[in-house]
Amino acid sequence: MVNLAVNIGGLKLPNPVVTASGTFGYGQEYSEFFDIEKLGAIVVKGLSYSPRQGNPPPRLVETPAGMLNAIGLQNIGVETFIKDKLPYLRTLKLNVIANFFGDSIDEYVMAAEALTKAGGVHGLEMNISCPNKKAGWIVFGTDPAVMKDVVTAVRKATDLPLIVKLSPNVTDIGLMAKVAEDCGADAVSLINTITGMCIDINSRRSKLANVTGGLSGPAIRPIAVRMVWEVHKAVMIPIIGMGGIMTAQDALEFMIAGASAVSVGTANFINPQAVIEIISGMEDYLKEHGIANINEIIGSLKT
Amino acid sequence: MSRFFKAEITGVKLLNADFCILDIKPQGSHDTPLPGQFYMLQSISCYDPLLKRPFSIFRSTDDTLSFLFRIRGKATQILSRLNTGDVIDVIGPLGSSYPEPEGDFVAVAGGVGVASLYNLIEKYKGRAHFFYGAKTKEELVLVDNIRSLSKELTLVTQDCSCGVGGLVTDACADAICVTDSMLKGLHVYACGPNPMLKALNTRLAGKGVNCYVSLEENMACGVGACLGCVVKGINEYKRVCKEGPVFSMDEIQW
Ligand SMILES: Cc1cc2nc3c(=O)[nH]c(=O)nc-3n(C[C@H](O)[C@H](O)[C@H](O)COP(=O)(O)OP(=O)(O)OC[C@H]3O[C@@H](n4cnc5c(N)ncnc54)[C@H](O)[C@@H]3O)c2cc1C
Ligand SMILES: Cc1cc2nc3c(=O)[nH]c(=O)nc-3n(C[C@H](O)[C@H](O)[C@H](O)COP(=O)(O)O)c2cc1C
Ligand code: FES
Repeated sequence: MVNLAVNIGGLKLPNPVVTASGTFGYGQEYSEFFDIEKLGAIVVKGLSYSPRQGNPPPRLVETPAGMLNAIGLQNIGVETFIKDKLPYLRTLKLNVIANFFGDSIDEYVMAAEALTKAGGVHGLEMNISCPNKKAGWIVFGTDPAVMKDVVTAVRKATDLPLIVKLSPNVTDIGLMAKVAEDCGADAVSLINTITGMCIDINSRRSKLANVTGGLSGPAIRPIAVRMVWEVHKAVMIPIIGMGGIMTAQDALEFMIAGASAVSVGTANFINPQAVIEIISGMEDYLKEHGIANINEIIGSLKT
Repeated sequence: MSRFFKAEITGVKLLNADFCILDIKPQGSHDTPLPGQFYMLQSISCYDPLLKRPFSIFRSTDDTLSFLFRIRGKATQILSRLNTGDVIDVIGPLGSSYPEPEGDFVAVAGGVGVASLYNLIEKYKGRAHFFYGAKTKEELVLVDNIRSLSKELTLVTQDCSCGVGGLVTDACADAICVTDSMLKGLHVYACGPNPMLKALNTRLAGKGVNCYVSLEENMACGVGACLGCVVKGINEYKRVCKEGPVFSMDEIQW
């Protein structure tokens, strides 16, 4: 027997594989494909305090070994989530991590408070890759000072394990991780999607109504692995690594680079059983290499 | 029964340079699809193309699912070159279906939109007034089969190379809008490019017909999780893969 259990800032996961926000709905959508209680944790679609309509279509376009999305953070809002989606998740033996965001510090705080009070949410992941309405729409997670204010405020609003999800659209991601750590985050997760564009040369229009979108999938994996490694060198708190993980081998790259857990996103679309295959593939790897505990490989990169 | 399964390719037939029929045999048990539903088909096991592509069910038997598609880009090209015996991953049947028609009904197909309506007219043989349009004669496929399954078939081409010249929506609306009483409660089913469905709405909205349209959007998950495939409904965005692909015409903001 190998031990796959890991600890993410106080949150004990039976194994290191979680779903990436926005790619797994609220769980029910995928429950017909496998037993979702087998997940390390579920991270639900990003929630704002009030519901959001999202962007006009087209919202998706495929690119080489990846995809651009501009969903525009459409979601049902915290209240409806608690009323309609959480009761189902509470019936499961499953760690629930609520991903949330806001367009102002107040909105972040209100969402965090409501999700903390609801009961049945085991951890919070705050998405800071969204623009701040009150500060000229600058993205919270791309400016250390703005990020400091919002993480500090949310930290005061919740006693749940707090994971700060970092944007890759920055010059020094290690620095941003350090800001999160200094503000009291229990963990960081990375990477969110990388901003990209794809143009139809005949119409000379973007293939997305929103013009730009977020790139995910295997195309971003080497960048994500490098960023996890940089963050691992910069902070002590645990890291959830993600970006283009399709297989157990991919997931293990992230863990060797320094991630204590991994998130699987786009892969769910290609193979709805991807997460299950990744968990069992990790187990096989440990057995083959005679490693008893997955924690032994975290950050074990030889340089 | 899982809606995620492996299937063996049992037939790949090119109807001409642009249209292909793919037959697959699901391994293990699978759900029976309803007309209008669709499947996500994998084209290749490496990462380009990455995502599965949506295709309407064209025909189905106990052990075979068939798809009729137009070769457009990478994925459809690869699918048209698969060999019998190859195995692909499939998710389905997915989405909503065409509601059951009452009595005779009208079907309007534009181009490869004929794929999903074929399944409907085969299930309700001899009851469809079928309007089938395309840009040119070459793009009209399976005409003899469609004629034998329909009560009446009207062919329409934009370049006037076959049948009625012009747009299929006009041919259809001109034929059925003779009197308002004829339209009350009539079931109309339409599948084709968006501008065609929009034109149909312009001609038929508010006339008391029960019109059902099958819509397309780019998809990633196919199961309602990613919110990538939405179209504008009257009050909110609707997911083509979950609330659709078949919508009542008056649910959509045209
Ligand atoms: C519910 C549903 C059912 C469908 N059923 C059928 C079917 O039965 N038969 C069939 O031939 N096609 C069907 N389609 C469209 C089909 O999914 C696309 O043609 C296919 O995804 C193209 O993939 P590709 O990689 O070959 O082309 P891509 O490389 O993805 O694109 C090539 C070109 O095709 C066009 N295209 C791509 N996707 C679509 C789309 N969804 N709709 C319209 N144009 C598109 C674009 O203009 C693009 O430039 C359906 C789509 C949906 C959403
Ligand atoms: C369709 C889609 C929707 C997403 N929605 C969210 C979201 O609501 N909140 C968030 O923090 N990240 C969101 N993401 C980003 C993913 O959680 C993840 O960080 C990113 O896709 C990289 O992982 P992947 O390559 O495995 O998909 C979304 C990604 C995709 C593809
Ligand atoms: S394709 Fe993902 S929600 Fe429709």
